[in-house]
Amino acid sequence: MTVDRRDFLKMSGAGLGGLALSSFESSNGASHSPEADEDHSVLYDATICVGCKACQVACKRRSNLPPDLDSEGIFDAPKGLTADSWTVIELYQEDPVTYSFVKKQCMHCIDPACASGCIVSALYKTEDGPVLYDGDKCIGCRWCMTACPFQVPKYQWDKTVPFVQKCDFCSDRQDEGLDTACVAACPTGALLSGKRGELLEVAENRIKDFPDRYVNHLYGKDEVGGTSWLYLAGVAFDKLGLPKPDKIGTISPAKLTWPYMMAVPGIVVFMTGLCTGLYYYFRRGEKTGEEA
Amino acid sequence: MPFKAGSFTEVLTQHGVARRDFLKFCGVMAGTLALPHDLQTQIASALEAPARTPVIWLEMQDCAGCSESFLRASRPSAAGVILDVLSVDYHETIMAPSGHQAEKSLNDAIAAGGYLLVVEGSIPTKDNGVYCCVAGKTALQSLEEASANAIAVVAVGNCAAFGGIPKANPNPTDAVSVMDLVTDKPVLNLPGCPVNVVNLTATVVHFLTFGALPDMDGLHRPLFAYGARIHDNCERRGHFNAGEFVKEWGDDGHRHGWCLYQMGCKGPVTYHNCPTVRWNEGVSWPVAAGHPCIGCSEPGFWERPTYVPVELHEFTPPATYPDVVKEMPAIDPTNAAVTGVVAGLVAGAAGAVAIQQLGKKDPEDEEIVED
Repeated sequence: MTVDRRDFLKMSGAGLGGLALSSFESSNGASHSPEADEDHSVLYDATICVGCKACQVACKRRSNLPPDLDSEGIFDAPKGLTADSWTVIELYQEDPVTYSFVKKQCMHCIDPACASGCIVSALYKTEDGPVLYDGDKCIGCRWCMTACPFQVPKYQWDKTVPFVQKCDFCSDRQDEGLDTACVAACPTGALLSGKRGELLEVAENRIKDFPDRYVNHLYGKDEVGGTSWLYLAGVAFDKLGLPKPDKIGTISPAKLTWPYMMAVPGIVVFMTGLCTGLYYYFRRGEKTGEEA
Repeated sequence: MPFKAGSFTEVLTQHGVARRDFLKFCGVMAGTLALPHDLQTQIASALEAPARTPVIWLEMQDCAGCSESFLRASRPSAAGVILDVLSVDYHETIMAPSGHQAEKSLNDAIAAGGYLLVVEGSIPTKDNGVYCCVAGKTALQSLEEASANAIAVVAVGNCAAFGGIPKANPNPTDAVSVMDLVTDKPVLNLPGCPVNVVNLTATVVHFLTFGALPDMDGLHRPLFAYGARIHDNCERRGHFNAGEFVKEWGDDGHRHGWCLYQMGCKGPVTYHNCPTVRWNEGVSWPVAAGHPCIGCSEPGFWERPTYVPVELHEFTPPATYPDVVKEMPAIDPTNAAVTGVVAGLVAGAAGAVAIQQLGKKDPEDEEIVED
């Protein structure tokens, strides 16, 4: 974490210096923003999940998504998140006794990289927590897919007019005061929904009460500046296909890229002026075609 | 058929049905109807009540298979007694009288009214329905007369419910189902080929106990029997989820009782309670016996090829899981080599052409330079 932050500061300093811009104080990387405590949030406990896929089925029903058929056309068998499968249960297995299920879906970051990467604001963060997508604005550039640290947004590659697809946190259900479809379907209580602040407490208590059961880390609390989905697991998170905590850091990519984005207008003005000046400087003795 | 109060037990005894068996039967009925077990007592007292609801059973274009099904009990059962001895006033196949006597009892029962009309078989409509006549009346006429005073019409078997085999292509008699003709009375369909006697009995018992027909789905089928798909409660469902399919008759999977979907089982699209009530007093049912479901409780089942897998409409995840580590497609060395050679040739050719072109001087360029 510290290395990354150091790297980041060095990098941004060098970048800004190289661009002949005054270095300004980079935004702080405070991960746990108290204003997100009221956000709607879900805690996924991989040690309670039995891999029944009820969440997967409920998600498809609620969102009316077509199946991801297997080669024989019998099962809805997505191999990972796809445009038609917004949540998937995956299996990590070392040997017959060491295994863990893991539920994948949009993490609904507090400061989402997809939304910051989107040049037309088709992706946006709502006040209650969900990161939503407006297909009418989307131009199909797929920057969100590049930006997302969890590789969540998926593209409808097989459509003539494709859209980006991802979990919308059942924001319509949440507006009605209902749990998300996956949480409502979970038979074991592996999914727990509530306010983010309360869930952080619940999760930390679980780690404290059962230190043998869990890896001593609450994934999503600090990762990329915090996510609305929180993960508890019995095996290391990078083994579950999630980016390594010390690799993705605690600062949101949006904050990381902000200094560079800020520099763009300056560069445009500066370079335009510079080039125009050089042009006239070198052509100062020449006659124009008309005069000749 | 009126009978004296208190004689119910005697009738049961005459047919070798112990009181204990009768109560067990009432429990089974409560179970089939998905009612609380406590209602067993209510069902028993309703069945013992002296006031009976008579049943008239008409046969149209049928094979009498549904009648057979309902007589098929290996020993006199409580169900048989309830339906046959106590309730059925007129049944062309099994009644003792014949000819004018039989017709008289039918007319008497119709005139008395307040009966349940059970229809077996489809009704021909071509050429004024002359293709099925009993006692000089066409099936169309008989149905119209008999349904006039009925409380409700129960269509048993796929033929009566949805037209069945007679309605199958090319349908030479223009056969139609009961619900196509009877519109002024409640129609309840009990499709199946044949109807399962448990469902017929349960419907009658429901009517006797509550005085109303059970809740029905969009195709007029009672939900207690047709509320779930064969697939939902199938004993081979686990094999479906695990992707373990019979591929050929008598293969290893078939011997191990794997899923029959790929052999043409219609279970995923057929609503019926075969897996739970089974057949022949719960002995077995087609899928347990190793044959795929033919979907006999669905409209137009006869048009479906029996051994061709049915198109699924609802998909479920398999019992397997995708790995967290995504497999990257491996690069085939041969492909890489071929691609490399082709790319090299193209680049080489382009380079050669470019060098040649650069060597030449463009005459227009020269002019400009001179200018």
